[in-house]
Amino acid sequence: MIDVKNLTKSFGDLQVLKGVSEHINKGERVVLIGPSGSGKSTFLRCLNLLETPTSGEIIFEGQSITDDKCDINKIRQKMGMVFQHFNLFPNMTILKNITLAPVRTGLMNKEQAEKEARELLKRVGLEDKADSYPAQLSGGQKQRIAIVRALCMKPEVMLFDEPTSALDPEMVGEVLDVMKELAKSGMTMVCVTHEMGFAREVADRVLFMDEGKILEEGTPGEIFTNPKEQRTKDFLNKVL
Amino acid sequence: MEQFVAWKAMMAANEPTTLWQQFYVLFYQAFIENDRWLQYLNGVVTTLYVTILALLLGVILGIIVAVIRTAHDQQRPGHRNPVLGFINGLLKIYVTVIRGTPMMVQLMIMGLVIFASSRNFVMVGALTLGINSGAYTAEIIRGGLMSVDHGQMEAGRSLGMNYTDTMRFVVVPQAIKAILPALGNEFIVLLKDTSLISVIGGKELLYAARSVASRNYEPMYPYLGAAIIYLLLVMLFTWLLGIFERRLRASDRR
Repeated sequence: MIDVKNLTKSFGDLQVLKGVSEHINKGERVVLIGPSGSGKSTFLRCLNLLETPTSGEIIFEGQSITDDKCDINKIRQKMGMVFQHFNLFPNMTILKNITLAPVRTGLMNKEQAEKEARELLKRVGLEDKADSYPAQLSGGQKQRIAIVRALCMKPEVMLFDEPTSALDPEMVGEVLDVMKELAKSGMTMVCVTHEMGFAREVADRVLFMDEGKILEEGTPGEIFTNPKEQRTKDFLNKVL
Repeated sequence: MEQFVAWKAMMAANEPTTLWQQFYVLFYQAFIENDRWLQYLNGVVTTLYVTILALLLGVILGIIVAVIRTAHDQQRPGHRNPVLGFINGLLKIYVTVIRGTPMMVQLMIMGLVIFASSRNFVMVGALTLGINSGAYTAEIIRGGLMSVDHGQMEAGRSLGMNYTDTMRFVVVPQAIKAILPALGNEFIVLLKDTSLISVIGGKELLYAARSVASRNYEPMYPYLGAAIIYLLLVMLFTWLLGIFERRLRASDRR
């Protein structure tokens, strides 16, 4: 589904990604772990071109999205993204937050979008918040809304960029529950996280990144119980 | 009226007069004699007219300049549009020249050089003030657009919305709220700067005060009067702006 070939990314003199090649299959749940500064988030943000790769190629469903002729807006409509800091629009109600993009991109008309939004809100248990503003919600509620907002575009893949890192510990669970439910529904997911429990439970494949490269990958069982690389062992010893 | 003529004669003859008599005479000749208050009133109308024209021009120019410059700065690296780069360069020159030269000099050049043959001083004045205000407003708006968290733009774009829609529905509404105090400041400066167009012959409030002062050889009351009128106008403006701002903030406090 997503094919990444020899991706590099530099910010000025700093090379963050040093040649990453990876293939993500449809329906697969991939979790990226690794120390901070290892390039996990940059890799994820390259997948929908929030960061422009310095070199390399990304192919999404047979179409090269790093090609200049590609309409990135169309591609992004099929790739939902959830951010660490939620990035809800504070000037709109929750319902408007969710329906803005589907309506403006012509995916649905207003009635369809609102119906869809209310169904999704019900799924995450926040149907009573439709007319609230983001400022009135807790962090966990905001992140669940952010997930709903991305889902309302009916994406084919969901990208999660440390979705629970900015949350109070007691709110992490409610967001992870939504993500687990999403995983069960068969959604293709790529997730950068520090929640090792979540990775172990949900992931089909875990990628360990360090210094701009994918150092090791495997099933959660392989990575967590029997890591091959010394660097992976050191990292897991610190976080587990 | 009779009182005024009599007391004025006493003052002219250097006869002893009370403070009240002096005040009465000077005030009367500054504002009431020969219906001079009409001159001030016409001046105020011109002042407000010029302010509104310049304000509209300034805001329109400001939005255009700010949006183009922000769009230029936010291009993806490696995808720079050369036309946008050229326009951005021109706009930078505009902002630099306008902010780098005194308002008075700009008025003199516009009124006495570029539009030297025009007799419509008020329009020339409004045009100059508008162009001047546009440069400052552009920087205020640009600051507002940049103050909105970058994550807002990213969130909009990651949902597949294009740049224009994300700007229009997400970034600009948040920017307006942030820049309203600074914009109000700029409007007040603009209102007071209209007094400068009297140097190229625009018959606004200060022009009226000055002509009365030179006719009577008595500057205090006409200029004090003008000052008070400007102050009242600015206070009125501030009050209206406050109402507008409270209305915008209503969504924050639910």
